[in-house]
This record gives sequence, C-alpha cells and structure tokens, in this order.
Amino acid sequence: MRELSLHLLDIAENSVAANASRVKIVVIEDTRSDLLQMSVEDNGKGMDAEMVARVVDPFVTSRTTRKVGLGIPLLKEAADACNGFLKITSEVGIGTTLFVQFQLSNIDRMPLGNLAETFFQLLITNPAIHWIFEYRVNENVFEFDDAPIKAELGDLPLTEPSILSYLHETIVTGIQETNTLNIG
Amino acid sequence: MTTIKSLEDLKKAKEEALKKRDAKVASGVAQVIVGMGTCGIAAGARDTMKSILDTIENESLTGIIVTQTGCIGLCEKEPIVQVVIGEEPKVTYGKVDAEVAKQILHDHVIKGQPVKEHMIQM
Repeated sequence: MRELSLHLLDIAENSVAANASRVKIVVIEDTRSDLLQMSVEDNGKGMDAEMVARVVDPFVTSRTTRKVGLGIPLLKEAADACNGFLKITSEVGIGTTLFVQFQLSNIDRMPLGNLAETFFQLLITNPAIHWIFEYRVNENVFEFDDAPIKAELGDLPLTEPSILSYLHETIVTGIQETNTLNIG
Repeated sequence: MTTIKSLEDLKKAKEEALKKRDAKVASGVAQVIVGMGTCGIAAGARDTMKSILDTIENESLTGIIVTQTGCIGLCEKEPIVQVVIGEEPKVTYGKVDAEVAKQILHDHVIKGQPVKEHMIQM
C-alpha cells in the first residue's frame, strides 16, 4: 500500500470486523513537533494480550489455530522505518485502540494520500457504525461526527445521490481547509 | 466550517432524496458489496469503491445500497464486487477496476444484464 490513508482504511476495517458500534479516527500532522500521528479507537470485542502480540507480529507465533492478517505488521514496518512506532492497547469486551506515529519529515514516510476518500468510504459503507473523524494540521482542526447527520436522515440510506454529494463535499472541503500547509 | 449552513444543506439533500425515492416505485433494491480486506485494499478496492460512489452521485442513481465486506478467500481475484438485485442470487465479479465497476453499475444494476466476462464462480 502506497498511502497512509489506505492503511487507515485497512485498520478501520478491523474495527468493523470486531463488531464495533463506534469508531473514532484521529489524524494529526504537526510540523512543530515533526510528527504524523494516527489513531483508530473502537468499542469492538477487543483482544487479549496474546492476540495483540500476534496481530502485531504474526510470524513469531507457533500457533496456527487462528488466521492473522498482514495489515497491522505492514503499517508497523512503515512506522518503524520512519523513526516511529505502532502500539495497540486492547481489552476484551471493551475495545481496541491502535496508535501509530511517524516522523513527519522523514524521507521514507509514505504520503497520507486521499484521507477524504478513506473517511468518506468508511462512513458510507458501514452505516450502522457511529463514526467520528478528526484531522489536525498544526492549529487547524476538522471534526466530523456523523450522529447529528444520521439523526436528521432517519432511515434514508446514505447512498442516495444527494446525500452522497452532501457528505462527500463536507468531508473533502473540511480536509482541504484544514491542510492549509499542503503537507502530503 | 459553518455548521449552520451545513445543516440546511443536509435538509435540502434529504428532501431531494425523499422526492426521488418516492418517484421510484418497486423496482427492487440493489445491493453492491465491495471486498475491503487488506487484500482488496492493496489491489485497489478503494478506487473501485470510489468509482461506484462517484457514478451513483454523478448520475443520480437512486435505490442502490453500497456496503463492504472483508476478505472472502479469493485474494488473487481482488478487487471483488458482488451484486444482489432484489431476490436474485448474488453475482460475484473479480478484478474489478474503476472502469469495470462503472460497467457493472450500468449493465447489471441498472439494466439487469450481468457483465459475464468479469463474473467468477464461487
């Protein structure tokens, strides 16, 4: 994967698979501390310590009873290569938070890419989940909480064309206006 | 961002959607599912999904539900798209890039003619 926003989409799909009903995604680009940070926080089924260790590094285990994907190890590797790290905190029955940090200016850091498209697609294709998105670039902030929108729409699907347009525009504009520094 | 203007826009969008939905009667709801596992995303599923959502938005296609699913075990055929129209059996497509996704919407979802050359047997 060539964009951090694609990794973010992949990580958020784990929350969907963990039956989360609420997912909060935060992306911060800060030139002053030279950091890019992303977190995905869910209230899904959570994992025990053994499982957390395994999803981060699937090849060190001898157990073969459960399949483990490669999405998280790939992102961890990308972070490790950029003076960064990846950390998962999880509790069974409570939820999981994945936090990943990169040196913003690192030459090996992947571009963030199309963050708006990642947010938009997660929102549209998982309508049962309460999504909260936050994007910060230095002092600029874009916050998006879908609760008031869904309350207004009732049972009207988000995939109706006029609703799609509204949501697309809200997210794309919000992210553009936040990233005034034009960081990749 | 001006939140108040934003909410007014949402109400307008809602009214428009309700009007269109009322006009479209009983042609059966179509469901489009895109594989969004790690394998799907790595193979370009976000572009496939973008093409589907853009087409619905740009061509004002109403009554289509778009959802995602995880890895279904056919990683080499990703990006995978599945289409369910009304009570008909599910049709699975493989190697669906942005162009093929648009073709599936036009031919299968709108006209009811599956795109045979991209269908895969489950």
